[in-house]
Amino acid sequence: MSGVAFSTTDAVDFLVLGAGAAGGVVAKELATAGFRVVVLEQGPYLHEGDYSHDEIKYTFQPGLTNDPKVQPITYRKSDADRARPMKAIEYGRQVGGGSVHFTANYWRFHESDFREHSLCGEVSGADLRDWPIAYADLEPYYTKAEYELGISGLAGANPFEAPRSKPYPLPPMPVKSSGVLFDRATKKLGLHPFPAPVAILSEPYQGRAPCVNCGFCESFGCEVGSKSSTLVSVIPLAEKTGRCEIRPECYVRKIELDDAGRAAGAIYFERNRREIFQRAKAVFVCANGVETPKLLLMSKSKRFPEGLANSSGLVGKYLMWDNGGEALGLFEHPLNEYKGIQVTRLIHDYYASDPKRGFYGGGGIDARFDFYPAGFALSGLPPDTPRWGSEFKRTFVTYFNRTMMLMAHTTSLAQAKNTVSLDPDVKDAWGLPAVRITFDYHPHDVATMKWLLAKQIEILEAAGALKTWSQPFDVVDNMPSRHLMGTCRMGNDPRSSVVNPFSRTHDVPNLFLVDGSNFVTSGRQQPTATIQALAYRAADYAVRAARRGDLS
Amino acid sequence: MAVGPDVLSALQHAHTVAGLPVPHFETLDAATAVEIEAIAARIIPSTGGAGAREAGVIYFIDRALSTFAADDRETYRTGMAQLQQKRKELFPNSTTISSLTGDQQMTLMRAIETSSFFELLRTHTVLGFLGNPSYGGNRGERGWTQIGFEGQMAYQPPFGYYDAQAEEEKK
Repeated sequence: MSGVAFSTTDAVDFLVLGAGAAGGVVAKELATAGFRVVVLEQGPYLHEGDYSHDEIKYTFQPGLTNDPKVQPITYRKSDADRARPMKAIEYGRQVGGGSVHFTANYWRFHESDFREHSLCGEVSGADLRDWPIAYADLEPYYTKAEYELGISGLAGANPFEAPRSKPYPLPPMPVKSSGVLFDRATKKLGLHPFPAPVAILSEPYQGRAPCVNCGFCESFGCEVGSKSSTLVSVIPLAEKTGRCEIRPECYVRKIELDDAGRAAGAIYFERNRREIFQRAKAVFVCANGVETPKLLLMSKSKRFPEGLANSSGLVGKYLMWDNGGEALGLFEHPLNEYKGIQVTRLIHDYYASDPKRGFYGGGGIDARFDFYPAGFALSGLPPDTPRWGSEFKRTFVTYFNRTMMLMAHTTSLAQAKNTVSLDPDVKDAWGLPAVRITFDYHPHDVATMKWLLAKQIEILEAAGALKTWSQPFDVVDNMPSRHLMGTCRMGNDPRSSVVNPFSRTHDVPNLFLVDGSNFVTSGRQQPTATIQALAYRAADYAVRAARRGDLS
Repeated sequence: MAVGPDVLSALQHAHTVAGLPVPHFETLDAATAVEIEAIAARIIPSTGGAGAREAGVIYFIDRALSTFAADDRETYRTGMAQLQQKRKELFPNSTTISSLTGDQQMTLMRAIETSSFFELLRTHTVLGFLGNPSYGGNRGERGWTQIGFEGQMAYQPPFGYYDAQAEEEKK
């Protein structure tokens, strides 16, 4: 826990809103560079000892995520519909954010991800654009993230990956039966499987213990500190400086401006719901692709009547999320997939968009099993299984240890009609407007998922599956989305983007936004590596700007 | 609803035989518990090994309704009332669900299997069978034992048949 406690009236150098994948990195970079930092986090400050292997608590209740009972979310497919309460999105709500409970897949973007408009051209109904930065601009920061956080993987094993300046700091995790079956099948089909890069320690690293293969990664906090969340990696380094104060259970409702139009600090609710104003010389918002635009939209002022830093009108627009279909297969012998991390092998053969397919899009496919016992019996079985009785029981009893999944991670096109906005009617427990999500797939998103699903089934069959089945990918069935991207997009032109190429807002010089909201395209999901590379890069820029006196 | 002392004593007997404590409920009255358990035992029967009954699913449901699923109490109350109504329609001479024959219970289940109450009961039955035993169900880890889930804090590779085979081939 933090030792240092800053005064709220004395302006700290930086205020960081959100202690997640990005906020943790930013706080560490700023504090170690000598700045005084306060981090406000909505959720609690938990540690390894607070977590458990409790499926009911963490997958059937919002154990580590936003709770719709106190923070309702409304959803509608299009703005012609009336939004109704639905948990459309989910995010990690604790110190460490989503990096605590994520599956820990850690993919770099490919070079092509940054220039798909140039490569693929216009897509009707979407605003497919190039990023204002190239892969080469981010490469040093991907490397820095991999080394500071602790990523396991095998450089060079993926023939489609972009150039790397250094190998992974840790070797890959042990392969599971799903990985072995996937390896054999994909090689038989002429594809190129490789060990999954993951934010999980395969060996001791920087004083942290390696993974014990307990199997409870996705949706769970790691009980031995081997998952490389910001909670166990960079946040302790930030606190060790004595210049970073983490304040958990602080819910920000507004960023305030001074008379000159610069960010002056933020108003937040403490745990007891008392309102506090923290002054700061500069502000970083790292609250995620939904909470960041929500906060800006709530931070209205005379200067910004449509929301802070929203002169473009694009705050909250172009929401992209975690598309991808799921195919499952039953095998003759026990796989015991509940042991070990979720994913050990994948392919990027279908990653690039190919005009020959007739639509924009592509994706990666990984071999995994991300069910826990009750969740599998309730929602993992073939759709023709009886829902109760002896045949229902026989199926989940015999399938649990002999099933694996192939999951696709596919493109989500940026569409102006997919938005985060403030619900005009529904309020949360603090009296603030509920988040309203308006989202539907682009036809090319669906075409991509369908095309890849056929490949997933083909691979399962080549692996010798006795039976295969798939999960529906209707937009509502696939909720909640956990990859929240695009809602404060990055660009050079203030008229068509919210932040500049260094995640600094075009409108307010001492206000930075860095998280999934910056994304111009969705990549092929697995956004965490790119979010953290952007965070390192933005912090690096902010440190230099602050030292020049360019921020205050 | 009326449940004869014979049913309660049969339930108690079943629990004694299974080595379980004599029923004690926090939220449910004993009569309702007997009825709900009869349905849970149809969702996960005791065929081929322990089912909902032996795993103590009813204790999970009872505790859930006073803790994380307290909001579902009203759904249970109205759902069970409708279920008893349906039972009377289908089997006018019957007195309880638990005293119906197996075939009659199945007929009743088929009549309600698309209802939202049934969905909730199905979810709770599965959670009580395969969820963490600390919630009062999955007694003696009977549910986990059925599916072959070991519930340990750590494992060593090889984990399954195919990765063991691959390791063997490398040697």
